[in-house]
Amino acid sequence: MNIPPFRALLKGLTLAVILSLLLPLLPEASQVSAYNLLFPGRPRLPFGETPAQSYNLSLYDIPAMFAAHEISQPKAGDEFRVLVLGDSSVWGTLLRPEETLPAQLNAHNLAFCGKAARFYNLGYPTISLTKDLLLLDYAARFQPDAILWLTTLEAFPLDKQLASPLAANNAERIASLISRYRLTLDPRDLALAQPTYWSRTLPGQRRALADLIRLQLYGVPWAATGIDQFYPASYPPPQTDFEEQDDKFHDLHPPLDENQLAYPILRAGIEHSPAQVWLVNEPMLISAGENGHIRYNFFYPRWAYDAYRAQLADLANRVGWNYIDLWDLLPPEEFTNSAIHLTPAGESLLAKALAERIKFDCYPAK
Amino acid sequence: MTLNHLAIGIVLTLLATFLFGGKKRGFFLFTFSILAVYALQPALPIRYLDFYLPTTALGLALLAWNLATPREARFSRENLLSLGWLCLLILLLGLTRILPFASLLTASAPPRLELVLIALAALTGLPLLLGYAPKNRVIPLAIVALIGLLALLKTPEISLEAARLLRDWNQQAVQSATSFDIRWIGFSYIAFRLIHTLYDSLKGRAPAASLQEYITFAFFYPALTAGPIDRLERFIKDLRASFLPSHDDWDFIIRRLASGLLKKFILADSLALMALNPQNAAQTLFTGWAWVLLYAYAFQIFLDFSGYTDLALAIGRLAGVRLPENFNQPYLKPNLTQFWNNWHMSLTQWFRAYVFNPLTRALRGTSTPVWGIILLTQIITMTLIGLWHGVTLNFIIWGLWHGLGLFIHNRWQDAFRVKVEAWASTPPRRILTSLSGGLLTFHFVALGWVWFVLPGPASALHFFSLLIPWK
Repeated sequence: MNIPPFRALLKGLTLAVILSLLLPLLPEASQVSAYNLLFPGRPRLPFGETPAQSYNLSLYDIPAMFAAHEISQPKAGDEFRVLVLGDSSVWGTLLRPEETLPAQLNAHNLAFCGKAARFYNLGYPTISLTKDLLLLDYAARFQPDAILWLTTLEAFPLDKQLASPLAANNAERIASLISRYRLTLDPRDLALAQPTYWSRTLPGQRRALADLIRLQLYGVPWAATGIDQFYPASYPPPQTDFEEQDDKFHDLHPPLDENQLAYPILRAGIEHSPAQVWLVNEPMLISAGENGHIRYNFFYPRWAYDAYRAQLADLANRVGWNYIDLWDLLPPEEFTNSAIHLTPAGESLLAKALAERIKFDCYPAK
Repeated sequence: MTLNHLAIGIVLTLLATFLFGGKKRGFFLFTFSILAVYALQPALPIRYLDFYLPTTALGLALLAWNLATPREARFSRENLLSLGWLCLLILLLGLTRILPFASLLTASAPPRLELVLIALAALTGLPLLLGYAPKNRVIPLAIVALIGLLALLKTPEISLEAARLLRDWNQQAVQSATSFDIRWIGFSYIAFRLIHTLYDSLKGRAPAASLQEYITFAFFYPALTAGPIDRLERFIKDLRASFLPSHDDWDFIIRRLASGLLKKFILADSLALMALNPQNAAQTLFTGWAWVLLYAYAFQIFLDFSGYTDLALAIGRLAGVRLPENFNQPYLKPNLTQFWNNWHMSLTQWFRAYVFNPLTRALRGTSTPVWGIILLTQIITMTLIGLWHGVTLNFIIWGLWHGLGLFIHNRWQDAFRVKVEAWASTPPRRILTSLSGGLLTFHFVALGWVWFVLPGPASALHFFSLLIPWK
């Protein structure tokens, strides 16, 4: 059949307009994924700033991110599912998938309640408790038996909460968290990219759709190579020398004001968690360099970090949380390019310390 | 070519066709083609080189036209006006340096005015002077010079040395030089168009073309970056005819635009994310996925190139020029000979006309046996096609791979064609023969791409060992 070209063009344009206008009314299609079907699921959430080298990319579509993750596979009957939450130190910057904390915990072949423990890496490379809560909230549907939540003081300042692009670009999910858990965040905060009708149409969704397609396409080189991150030949070591009088921590001043930190968000996360939580204050670099008596590292002056540790330990003790403080577990040589990024050996030591200390209770998953 | 270039090309061509549908559109196509040489040239790290390279290309075309055109025809009023307009355009482009939108039509700000004037003097003076030299001496020299320039650009080591020289001359950091410093947009195609007209002129069979027609032919903007390589006599016939798109033309234009956009910007660009490349070839761990990467590359290169061709053909037709087809379902062909008759057809036709046929004729006069003639001509032609893509060992091996493949197919056909045809007497057997031939041909071509895409024999052999783990 030979359709006149202009008529074909007109029909095509009409269909494109109709599809575009209907798109906001359709259910989310981003849970459809070739991962765990054609390609193996990714052992960590999609993140990457150099896609051509890492076969990975950053996107803000949480269902698509989880659909690409191995956690979307059905849970085995004899599996004790543990989700490991945290920042880039959990995600594993500069580490191969098998060198990350969750992978090293899996290597310990732990068992809880008569089931084989399987640790899933839900770390994501931005530091914010709200971002962690956002991921935990979505992850509830994957039947976790326990949560291992690693955190550090940098995740607590209120100004950091919506600074994570993942949080900023999920305004509706953040608004839902604020409403359900009565968080003291503003759902109309300017940091949040508020969706509009037009942003949900086909033209408005073009970037998100392109990212979704690219994520699927990068599944091929990921499956072929097992690489999901760019590994530079060299990188600068973390800062260990500091200026005199450099005791700044965000806009805060001693003594550290609890009200300026996001303890309520952490509390909401733990109290509404879909499973029992073990909270871990993650290891960090303790500098012995110039003015090390003022700052522990790039992130923290001593006055702020010492106060935070005391506050967190006190809170955990008061409300009865399972809490482990491993802040000084590792020597400086076990850090790579930041005060919280660990070497494979450092992750191994951390995994060993955790494997010896975590004891999950046996009650059914929520 | 980006989507922006494409959109601008379509709008300008529509203007030329509808406002000046008759012969006057030639003037606009001439103008757009000159501007496109500068607009499509990517920015280069060597200062002003992205202005000088297009200017040099125009100078070479002017030289080729001078040599190919009888002296008495060169100084007609029309040609002098065209030359004046060409110089004025370059001068105006140079003057954009002082405007706030300095790099609107050029990749970076053009050189100072005095340098532009010197370039213009060289651009016009040298070709005019050389035009007085004996044709049969200068034309072979010009052809050799064009081949030499191509070799310089295509040989990474020489290109790197040239980049160092130019950087040194420009007082720029010599140690930062790379072989990618001299990227001359479309020169492979421009050079072949010029060689074709020079060679035909030497043989006395080049058509008489005005300067405007010749420049438009050499730099026709839809075909500037990725072909096809047209023939002058065919091109100017279209250019001289009045043109207003008919229903059939619109049908062709819309279909080819849609097909080109789909192939290039959706399918090929998507496949590029998973296609074989030097990086993932070294990292791949599994045989099955290695084949997936190879298939992705085979389809990506076809869709990318044939998508570009579709777009070039569509815009060409919008301008009233029927550019030659470049691809005709090559991966569906049942043997390698047919594959090469349908893959990058304008290039293979060029090599057939200027290498394969003359070489065959020359060898027939010797005592070389028929099989020897076939072997030599196939090997030499395909190796040269390999070298046209780049002077590297892998491109040579790729050429040899196909040259030998064509020879083997030729010998096979000579020995077994009658038997195979007799066996394939029923429709199912015919289908089976065709299908198995097609699959074999596709896989031969696909495996050949390993040589083409990877930088050296070691990486190619490593990838072959992954594809076919014989240990």
